[in-house]
Amino acid sequence: MSLLDYFRISKVGTASVAKERLQILVAHERSSKNQPSYLPQLQKELLAVIQKYVNVGQDAISVSFEQDDDQETLELNIVLPDHK
Amino acid sequence: MARIIVVTSGKGGVGKTTTSAAIAMGLAKRGHKTAVIDFDVGLRNLDLIMGCERRVVYDFVNVINEEATLNQALIRDKNCNLLYILPASQTRDKDALSQEGVGRVLDELKKDFKYIVCDSPAGIEKGAHLAMYFADDAFVVTNPEVSSVRDSDRMLGLLASKSRRAEQNEEPINEFLLLTRYSPDRVKLGEMLSVDDVQDILSLHLLGVIPESKSVLNASNSGTPVILDEKSDAGQAYADIVARYLGEDRPHRFIDDKKGFFRKLFGG
Ligand SMILES: Nc1ncnc2c1ncn2[C@@H]1O[C@H](COP(=O)(O)OP(=O)(O)OP(=O)(O)O)[C@@H](O)[C@H]1O
Ligand SMILES: [Mg+2]
Repeated sequence: MSLLDYFRISKVGTASVAKERLQILVAHERSSKNQPSYLPQLQKELLAVIQKYVNVGQDAISVSFEQDDDQETLELNIVLPDHK
Repeated sequence: MARIIVVTSGKGGVGKTTTSAAIAMGLAKRGHKTAVIDFDVGLRNLDLIMGCERRVVYDFVNVINEEATLNQALIRDKNCNLLYILPASQTRDKDALSQEGVGRVLDELKKDFKYIVCDSPAGIEKGAHLAMYFADDAFVVTNPEVSSVRDSDRMLGLLASKSRRAEQNEEPINEFLLLTRYSPDRVKLGEMLSVDDVQDILSLHLLGVIPESKSVLNASNSGTPVILDEKSDAGQAYADIVARYLGEDRPHRFIDDKKGFFRKLFGG
């Protein structure tokens, strides 16, 4: 820190923002790296089927793929609308 | 045993060719017979950085196509007789390289050389893939900047899955981080990602930090690898990197702001 820096109004640098964005992005890209390429299509078709029966929005369904040492799992999450 | 080193990054313009030239020269200067290969077919530049552009007769593609022998194509460096350069072709494109052909040339080089440094082109296409495919060690050149860090991470994924070692279930490629164009003063101001930030994200073994330095342009202007400029900060940083790679323990010299007390005091 220089003396002049010390008197400068301390502004937060952009490096910390960069780091945060990178951490999120890299974690996401690493986890989706090995996922099968049919996943987006599968998600689209599943949504179409579900929408035939239930009135759900585009983001009501999420499909995620996980890979452990010896097994692969496909996790399907559907959020149903609450009806009173 | 010969070792194949790939200098790679994903992103373009981060300092791969500068690094390839410097470390190849460094290894040769330390007494190891070294070859450096330009994989950037169509955009050859290593010859300029090494200062041998006027001596190129045959190139890598000629050797692959058996239009010339390896000995005809290799150019002995003017500064160090243990260093040889295999230039890229300027008139062909990257499809002129084949996995079989590259493998054949590397096998032949391995008989005679201790280190083979592969200067990768940018991107993740064929040229970059073949540059890293046969590697034993990877020098991942990264700038402290978001897109470069992201691309390096992508490259790490490819090194771990699409290389010969990965495909044949051998020991994985040794991966090293080379953080280049680093400005300690900007890091201090919070304007630039720090070594620790980049390490947190990539978790790679840090081989060294090369500061942003005017000496790099001077070196390329004159066609001498910057490591030969022993007084320069970048030259010393590359010399440290070579020493660390060869197993020596060297403190990191260029991570902290090196400005004098008075300049610090007045923010010069
Ligand atoms: N430490 C440094 N300080 C200052 N300038 C640098 C440094 N390292 C590299 N450069 C400059 O950055 C530019 C790109 O360097 P270089 O050609 O080595 O990158 P590259 O990764 O090989 O590029 P490409 O992806 O196009 O092959 C050059 O102008 C070079 O002089
Ligand atoms: Mg280059």
